[in-house]
Parts: sequence; structure tokens; C-alpha cells
Amino acid sequence: MGSLEIHELTAAYALDALDAEEAREYERHLASCDRCRDELAYLSENAAALAFGVDAPAPPEALRERILEQAGSERSNVVPLRPRWTRAAKIATAVAAAAAVALAISTGSLLRSLDSERSARENADRAVAVLSDPDAQRIALQGGDGVLVTGMRGSALLIRNLGDAPSGKTYEAWVIEDGRPVAAGTFEGGGETTVHQLDQPVPPGSQVAVTVEPDGGLDAPTGKVLLSAKTI
Amino acid sequence: MAPRDLAHLSDEAVVALVARSDDTALAELYDRFGRVAYGLSLRVLRDEALAQDAVQDAFLNVWRTADRFMPERAKASTWILTLVHRRAVDLVRREERRRTESLDVAAEPATAAADDDAFLRLRRERVQDALRQLPDPQREALELAYYGGFTQSELAERLGQPIGTIKSRMFGGLARLRELLDEESWEASRSTN
Repeated sequence: MGSLEIHELTAAYALDALDAEEAREYERHLASCDRCRDELAYLSENAAALAFGVDAPAPPEALRERILEQAGSERSNVVPLRPRWTRAAKIATAVAAAAAVALAISTGSLLRSLDSERSARENADRAVAVLSDPDAQRIALQGGDGVLVTGMRGSALLIRNLGDAPSGKTYEAWVIEDGRPVAAGTFEGGGETTVHQLDQPVPPGSQVAVTVEPDGGLDAPTGKVLLSAKTI
Repeated sequence: MAPRDLAHLSDEAVVALVARSDDTALAELYDRFGRVAYGLSLRVLRDEALAQDAVQDAFLNVWRTADRFMPERAKASTWILTLVHRRAVDLVRREERRRTESLDVAAEPATAAADDDAFLRLRRERVQDALRQLPDPQREALELAYYGGFTQSELAERLGQPIGTIKSRMFGGLARLRELLDEESWEASRSTN
């Protein structure tokens, strides 16, 4: 899609009128387009005004109770996680601040996810953009030390102290929605920090998992889930 | 925890409290926006149980991600209602059954006031007035996209228009809507002086 054309998607995005594929493409574009970010902020305010244009019958009282009860039950889980999120956010910020560092630690995974027409530089910038998005959700990984960062600019895994995959094997990421896993790119471990930008959208409510698979990766997971995170 | 009165706080300040896992603040946000959120979800989903799910998912999303809300980027109300709308649209697209219904469902006019909240009623009337003043093609595009949950491609196909036309109607409609709402609030504030 030409760059002129993609600017024109802002109103549709503000109205949630893009399909999943278009929305993902637009979110990628947003990472590098100040003009669209400003325009989106403006148009989103206008779109939200439409919410006030509908009849608003009172919701059942039980709904309020359910939400507060669920929130209360989650708090005990959330609070202990915060220090980890904070630490992960600090790592992400450090990564973003030094693009050179990001390039060094992520070249392995980035090169493998390159589309032929895109330069490594652009791809690295995208991963940095994902990690530096302060609005992105940062969800602690189960099974290891790391976070899933997912937001308007895409999604990435940031994993600390991930060992090398066994010889002949590779790490592979999956996005699992409604029980169906979709391959989201392979990457190598080793080193203190591993960054992998997911090449699939991560819809709310889906799960992201990492398994070990034969070199080159597979279309469906066969290995045990090593790391996982559930998005909201 | 003793109930506290948060009524004097701005929406953004209440979100900041939610970010510190203050459940009184979450209750306050729900009391401010739950009704609009439910009305919007019901309009999109046309099903009470699904609308409740959408509202619940969205408010729990608010609870979990409030620490990443940036007040310099967006109003808290916009942020919350964007989460609600996105969730409602996700659910309606999963349901698919809306697609078998006619286009009219999204554009059905609001019925007589179903609530007794004067503030909400006033806001609703202003938005509906502004919508009525839009050129029909722009109003239709906004209503079908935002209230109907249709994608731009679906709109292009169903309305028999090129996608470029749909895009410019949505953009023109949203931009003009703001002008109309600004004019109205100016009129309203002038008439009270």
C-alpha cells in the first residue's frame, strides 16, 4: 500500500472500521508517522463523541458488582507483578534509547523476519518503536523472565537470559486465538537480552507462547510451551 | 476501605488513582462512564449479554492498563470509550450474525429518551443534532461504521461506492462533526449567558 494511501486510513481506524489486517498495517505505519498520530488523536476524540449519541439505558446493577469483584480478585495478582513490569519497562527504555544496542542484540531475530523489500534498519526501528511505546501493554511472561510488549506499534517479546536453543532447533513464537496457534516468527536465544518482534497481530484476549521447534520453524507447534503471556 | 467522594476529581485524576489499584476509583469511573459504555455496546451488539461482556472486558482493561494512560495524548473519556468501542466491534465481528441483517439496523433512529439522566440526555441530543446536520452520505458512513461495526470494505460493497469515497466520507464526517459540536456548545454557552 502506498504511503499516501495509508494516511487516508486514519478516520477508518478511529472508527474501528478497518479489518484486522488493515489495522495492523496502519498501526505499523503510525510508528513512523507523526502526522498520522496527531490526526488520529484528533479524530479519535470526534469518534468518541459518537458514543454519547446513543440511548443509554442503565446497565444491570450486577454488572457493576461483577466488574469490581473481578478487579479486586486481580489486584492481588497484579501488584506483585508491577516491579517486574517496571524493570522490563526500564529495559525497554534502555533498548529504545540506544538503537545501536537494539541492533546488536536483535539482529539475529530481525534478519530472519525481514521482508525482502524492507531494510534491516527499518525493521530494527520498528522493534524499537514497539518497545518504546509508553502506551503499550507490558505483560510479564509466565515461565521465564521477560515481557510481552503489545500496542499500537506492534508486538514484541523481550526475554532476559534465554539460553541457546538446542542444536538443530530454534525458538518459535505463536499467537494463539480461540485455541488456534499461528506462527509468529522464529528467533535465537543466547545473550543477556533477546528481542523478537512478532510478525503476527496480537488481538486482545489472545495468548502468545514460545516453543522450541526444528530449525526453520513449523506451521504448528510441536514443542512444549516454555514461555507464555495472555493479553487483555 | 471507607467510601470516598471522588466526585470533584477530573476523569484523568480518577484514572491516575485506578493506576494505583484503587478500586474506589474504578467504581467512580464506572459510575461516570458505565452507562454510556453499556448504551454504546448495546447499540453495536444488539444483545444485552454480549453488551455486558464488552463493558466488563473494557473496564477490566482500564483497570489493568491505567498506568499506561497518557493524559497529554487523549482525554480519559476518549481512552475509555475507545476501549469499549473496540471491544464491542471485536465481539460483533466474531458474532457474524449482524451481517445477515439489513443495513438499516445500524442507522435506526434513537427512540424516545430511555433514561432519566439529564446530562446524558443533553449530550445525546447534541450529538444527534450534529449528526442530522451532516450531509446524508457522511452521516450514513459514520453511523454504519461506528454504530454498525462495519469495515470500510463492507461499507464500500454494501453501498456500491468505491472505497476512496467511503474513506473521504468518514474523514469528512468526523471532521465536520467536531465543528458542529463546537458550534453547538458555543451556542449553548452563549444562550445561558
